Amino acid sequence: MSEVALNGVAETTGAAAARATALNRLRLSDIAFRELTRIAVYAVLALLSGVILALVIGSVPALKAFGLSFVVTEVWNPVTENFGALAPIYGTLVTSAIAMVIAVPVGLLIAFFLTALCPLWLRRPIAIAIELLAGIPSIIYGIWGLFVFAPFLQKYVQPFLIDTFDGVPGLSSLFAGPPYGIGMLTAGFILAIMVLPFITAISRDVFEAVPPVLKEAAYGLGCTTWEVFKHVVLPFTRVGVIGGVMLGLGRALGETMAVTFVIGNAHTVSSSILAPGTTISASIANEFTEAVGDLYTSSLIALGLILFVITFIVLAIARYMLLRLQQKGR
Amino acid sequence: MADSRRNTLYAARRLRNTVATSLAYGATAFGLGWLVLILGVLLLHGFGGLSLSVFTENTPPPGSAGGLLNAIAGSIVMTVLAVVIGTPIGILAGTYLAEYGRHDKLASIVRFINDILLSAPSIVIGLFIYEVMVAPMGHFSGYAGAVALAVIVIPVVVRTTEDMLRLVPDTLREAAASIGLPRSHMIVRIAYRAARAGIVTGILLAIARISGETAPLLFTALNNQFWSLNMNAPMPSLPVVIFQFALSPYEEWQSLAWTGALLITVTVLALSIFARTLTARK
Repeated sequence: MSEVALNGVAETTGAAAARATALNRLRLSDIAFRELTRIAVYAVLALLSGVILALVIGSVPALKAFGLSFVVTEVWNPVTENFGALAPIYGTLVTSAIAMVIAVPVGLLIAFFLTALCPLWLRRPIAIAIELLAGIPSIIYGIWGLFVFAPFLQKYVQPFLIDTFDGVPGLSSLFAGPPYGIGMLTAGFILAIMVLPFITAISRDVFEAVPPVLKEAAYGLGCTTWEVFKHVVLPFTRVGVIGGVMLGLGRALGETMAVTFVIGNAHTVSSSILAPGTTISASIANEFTEAVGDLYTSSLIALGLILFVITFIVLAIARYMLLRLQQKGR
Repeated sequence: MADSRRNTLYAARRLRNTVATSLAYGATAFGLGWLVLILGVLLLHGFGGLSLSVFTENTPPPGSAGGLLNAIAGSIVMTVLAVVIGTPIGILAGTYLAEYGRHDKLASIVRFINDILLSAPSIVIGLFIYEVMVAPMGHFSGYAGAVALAVIVIPVVVRTTEDMLRLVPDTLREAAASIGLPRSHMIVRIAYRAARAGIVTGILLAIARISGETAPLLFTALNNQFWSLNMNAPMPSLPVVIFQFALSPYEEWQSLAWTGALLITVTVLALSIFARTLTARK
């Protein structure tokens, strides 16, 4: 080392000691930083376990009182303290199903437009505009749905549906009853607009990842734009598209405020999608602060647990699908 | 004969293509139409109520005029606290995932769990904070509201931090290591600096996300009709006030709800557009 040669022995030991403490400090701060990041990671882990634990503990009284029949009972009576989750679960599934029936084809078609038809300079602006739909807070969808969309449905769309399907076997009960404006169809429709940007964004990303050679080969055979999309792009990206759809479904299942405004909060299971109903999240949002008595509160928390389990499964499938596509791309 | 059959087949394929592409055009117009419709209605209803008193007066009792001052203040205070709590945890956890644990088992589990938290229903987060904070403390509070929002901030920041750090080229890391820089210094001085715009974008997106959140505040911060910055007491927030006022039968309240809705939407959209331009420039 050069210092040794220049400075002599006595000074070198001092410098070496200083150097050693400095290095030691560096090493310690290095370890401290790494451990800090590790603690943060454990905090994220603890968060999820905390959510699950809190929900399970909170719902014990309700599950003890009603057992598994909680899930299949329609009654929801705060006065007699008799609670069943069937109506909210049914409402959650029906509204989400309506949302997906509308949002999946529309979302895929928009992604098709953005990747195959849209002029290049327009792609980014349109994609951003669609994504802005995802940025609008859900309470805005709610207030808009209640004051603008529900009256519109009540006046123009619902009477038409009721008249058209009156007497058609099967469909007449689906579109039965007075046109309230609010109800499961309205909620499902608003959910569809809300999940549309998620489905579009992910489908567009996976469509863009299709190797151009595949598409060019199909075009070279004389395929039309639609045929290329249907027979080349879609089969190639199927897993990713399913992942995106599941992600959207996860959103729809758990969406609270927009639905709370327009669902009508009626704890009934009705075959008509025009009828008011309730969803798990809407029940909790509407009733939790007013719930008196441990059993009432606990039943609402049990609803939350059911919602969490359902969304957990759906989201886990979504992640698994998207991960599989990533590995395939590698 | 064969020729005409080929022609009809070709015509059918062309027809199908025309129908499908028109549908795609239609779908895009449909999607964009909703955006225009929602923003238009919001401007129509909200703009009329916009006046100085919205920012200088507190929420009124039913049937009289007033403003949204206390709600705006409450929202800002809780959002700031949520970001202060959530951002460091989020950045550190994201750092572990991108720098230390790229391939280890813990990281892949946490990555999965973080994705679940990212899309978990926000009302469930509200229930969770109610159970662990509101119930033991015995009352609703601004603290509980802020922590609930922080729980939503964390996964957003974790995700963007990890993604942005991964975009930093490994050659930079190797260069730092080759001059003997300890790993933590390399991360703080080089990787963070290279990924700064992206990490800030993540924080902005998180703020955009929580400034419109209503569900997790309903039974954590609750609401408060009066001016209050006491975080240990129930605290008003813009989204919860909108929820309460919009569903009320009073016209003044409904009009304030529309104005508040306009304020939130403009804030959120401005934040997310600004966040996008920040990364787009890079």
